[in-house]
Amino acid sequence: MSLALREALLAFRRAPLMSALGITTIAFSLFAFGLFGLVALNIRAALLEVEDRVEVRAFLADGTSEDAIAALLGDIGAFPEVREVGYVSPDSALARSREELAEFSDVFDASVLPGSIEIRLREGSRDPVTVQAVSDRIATYPAVDDVRFGREWVEKLYRIRTVAVYAGIGLGIVFALVAVIIIGSTIRMAILARAREIEIMRLVGATDGFVRLPFLIEGTIKGTLGGLLAVAMTWLAHGLITRTLFESVFFSPMQVAAGVAAGAALGFVGSLMSVGRHLRAVWRDA
Amino acid sequence: MSGVLRLDAVTKEYPRTGVAVRDVTFAIEKGEFVFLTGPSGSGKSTLLKLLSFAERPTSGEVKVSGFSSTSLRSADIPQLRRRLGIVFQDFRLLTDRTVEANVAFALEVTGTPANAIGPKVGRLLTQVGLASKATAMPHELSGGEQQRVAIARALANDPFLLLADEPTGNLDERATRGIVQLLREINALGTAVLMATHDLSLIMRSGYRYLELERGVLLYDGTDASRLARHQ
Repeated sequence: MSLALREALLAFRRAPLMSALGITTIAFSLFAFGLFGLVALNIRAALLEVEDRVEVRAFLADGTSEDAIAALLGDIGAFPEVREVGYVSPDSALARSREELAEFSDVFDASVLPGSIEIRLREGSRDPVTVQAVSDRIATYPAVDDVRFGREWVEKLYRIRTVAVYAGIGLGIVFALVAVIIIGSTIRMAILARAREIEIMRLVGATDGFVRLPFLIEGTIKGTLGGLLAVAMTWLAHGLITRTLFESVFFSPMQVAAGVAAGAALGFVGSLMSVGRHLRAVWRDA
Repeated sequence: MSGVLRLDAVTKEYPRTGVAVRDVTFAIEKGEFVFLTGPSGSGKSTLLKLLSFAERPTSGEVKVSGFSSTSLRSADIPQLRRRLGIVFQDFRLLTDRTVEANVAFALEVTGTPANAIGPKVGRLLTQVGLASKATAMPHELSGGEQQRVAIARALANDPFLLLADEPTGNLDERATRGIVQLLREINALGTAVLMATHDLSLIMRSGYRYLELERGVLLYDGTDASRLARHQ
């Protein structure tokens, strides 16, 4: 193991330019991935914030008694999808309307507005289907006159998010493939550069695993360094965006660690795929 | 069978170039010194490849130290190679490392404990007469000295059989004598030697058994040097 590590590190010293080139290319592919991830992350953060405001409003029939309202609040509040319910009396509805809309400033009679119940849903229950189902259930209560929720708004939000997720996955796969191919070819070059050593290793009876190990270590180290570099570049880009455009969110430490681990995994897979194929090619006539 | 090496009706055919070795049968006993000769393209190198299991026979059986070409798995090949020493005409040293590092390499990659490597390399270099050149780089050595390094490396895992493919092909007369003398000393310590060579005078002077190949067929197996005198 220590010999394999030494051989792997020796590869960096023997071909520093090629190693740097390999690491940089990996870093750039992961950086592109990281940038997209950052965009997706920020869309997601924005969506969560907007989603938080998704609410269902049940307008009550005129003359609904306080007891009936209390019973209704209890019932709806017990729905598994519901996070909180609140009663908005005609008076407070008027007060709120006056605050928000100038047209209401000359309306003094609260009786023109119906009382209503505001329902906020739990996270995970804010998709269009669930919102519709909850609304339908609330509408069956006789005291409820009408149920409203921003149906189109909810649906549009979800479409954006779905597109963002699929685009992220698609681009992620493309970039991962690019990284694997790049690492594979740097390993290929490393194998060709060390063809003589490999030949002698086999000649004297080194096992296949032993011959492979330094290249796998080399690929994994390159992937890890590429991942770290990509994280640094993404962080700088994030700083730049926050300073010049808008406040944005950065990856959590866990996500950063996962990104670096993904670099390492790509490096490992790339070298594994390359090593088997090219070792055969340099296996001359020993 | 008592031989350390045995070929039984071995034929090797390549898809493009045709038959390289045809129906060859012979055995080498423990501690023997045998020459292998024949014109270029007669199948000497193919035969050596078959013996080191770099190639498998198209038909027949190659048996080396209990390993048989009919049952050997690829994963067993490293174990077999550790019991063989192989040297080539072009030495095949690692030019970016010292003499001792070249020899140590063979021990390192076969899992010899680190503390055993130094003393062993010292003994091997003494055996081949290069103790004083341990820290030299290969390019600082003469051809004969480089081949000695290659032989020291081949002996690293205490092989029972040394395969030498034209080991003196690149060397002058004096260096050739030195290498053959070294191979004899190694042989005297119990290692069987199979040495391929073009140099018929070498075989005649030695009086050793030799195998003569021609167009892949084993033409002669014996010690009659007078046949060779006619070739010359």
